[in-house]
Amino acid sequence: MADMATGRTTATTATAATRTLGIVTLVGVAWLIVSGLLVSPADVNQGESVRILYLHAPSAWVAYLAFVVTAGASALYLFTKKHSLGWDRLAGASAEIGVLFMAVTLVVGMLWGRLTWGVFWRWDARLTTTAFLFVTYIGYLAVRRLGGTPEQRARRSGVLALLAVLEIPLVHFSVKLWRGLHQDATVLRPNGDVKLDGFMLFTLIFGVAVFTLMYVWLVLHRQRTLTAEDLLDDVGLEIAIAERRGESRPPDLAADVPRSDRPRPDITVGF
Amino acid sequence: MTWWRTAWLIARRDLLVEWRSRVALNQVFPFAGIVMVMFGFAIDDTRLMESIAPGLVMVATMFSLLVLVQRSFALESEDGALDALRTAGVSSSALFWGKSIALAAQLAALQALLIVLAVVLYGSSVRPAGAPLLVATWLSGSWGLATVGTLYGGLAAGARGRETLLPLLLLPVVAPVLIGATRAVEAALGARGTVVDGWPWMGLVAVFAVVFCVGGTLAFGPLIEE
Repeated sequence: MADMATGRTTATTATAATRTLGIVTLVGVAWLIVSGLLVSPADVNQGESVRILYLHAPSAWVAYLAFVVTAGASALYLFTKKHSLGWDRLAGASAEIGVLFMAVTLVVGMLWGRLTWGVFWRWDARLTTTAFLFVTYIGYLAVRRLGGTPEQRARRSGVLALLAVLEIPLVHFSVKLWRGLHQDATVLRPNGDVKLDGFMLFTLIFGVAVFTLMYVWLVLHRQRTLTAEDLLDDVGLEIAIAERRGESRPPDLAADVPRSDRPRPDITVGF
Repeated sequence: MTWWRTAWLIARRDLLVEWRSRVALNQVFPFAGIVMVMFGFAIDDTRLMESIAPGLVMVATMFSLLVLVQRSFALESEDGALDALRTAGVSSSALFWGKSIALAAQLAALQALLIVLAVVLYGSSVRPAGAPLLVATWLSGSWGLATVGTLYGGLAAGARGRETLLPLLLLPVVAPVLIGATRAVEAALGARGTVVDGWPWMGLVAVFAVVFCVGGTLAFGPLIEE
């Protein structure tokens, strides 16, 4: 789209649909903040700390959703005949956002645990598996950056994403068995249960819905920037090849050869 | 050449290279030994050391596994050995099995050494009733770690920065072996519970070995094909 002030042509990752989605998401987040912090009541047992749940539960939901999408998209890349790189980029975009929200879930969950249980961490199966999931997908993102062609990246990371599906149930199962041996950690108030009244439940469900929209919005943009990155690599390669060819010619003939100072696609991220 | 013969040749080749270079024997085994001594310095309580010895043995095994896997695939990256094998039409599943067998043999020797060190340094003792459990855990643990190590080693082989990537990928995956084998060895050595309590844990390690053996046989090909 053309920038009126500079007259420069810029590509953006936004479309009318993602812009609308972005505006709806931001309005939703604003309402969630008001609703979660001000309007909804404090919990009978937990007091004000229950408000953390409105951030914690939706983040956890998005993280798990993102990892399921990553696994599904990886399987679609590997097992469909076309091997479309679009699936691979969806897997990558989703994993990045999953790791981000997993980090939020863990940090916020630990703060809640300190307030409710008196300890930051309990070695129960769910928490421990979540931490493993987090590290596993950090590794997945590192593998995506190993280099090579987009096809190499897609195959390597696709296989790894499917191995994670194999690994996580095993880890969860073994940690669960392992916890069976021990008593639960001594905590100040072992009962962290929340009795949600109508409005609290609504806020929680609303939060999950808003975070899901946010996930879709972020994934769409991230997938588009990943597509642009792959394109830029291709363009860069073509330019480099043309330059090498130009070097081998006599100087007077090399004048029309594209150089690296030729304008490149200028990609910005807009919402 | 049959599939089995190919796998066996590759295992023999890896073990022969090891026998001639003695990198595992002269470098990795002493490394595992010094890790055990370092644990002793850090913990500095003989009674505590005896009770946590099985866990320390397994942690030392995990660290050594990383080094052994790096070594196993450094051999393949040097002089384009892996490319040559692929060009020669070696089946990737046979390659996976061959490298796993060689790695399992080295891991089995390493774990035997670590158990001996635990007896010597930490005062552990093997009770006769626990011997079958110890042997079963030793074998299934070695095989499970070897298959998962070969699988992820193949993934990182030839990539820049593989030295730092491999621990990040591998350690979360081997957690079930760490948990299962530690509990089983604890039962076998009498550090905790009875011998009978240890067998389900051995089962967990065996399940892990089967899962990653099957997973590796299927996934190794797509991972190393460039």
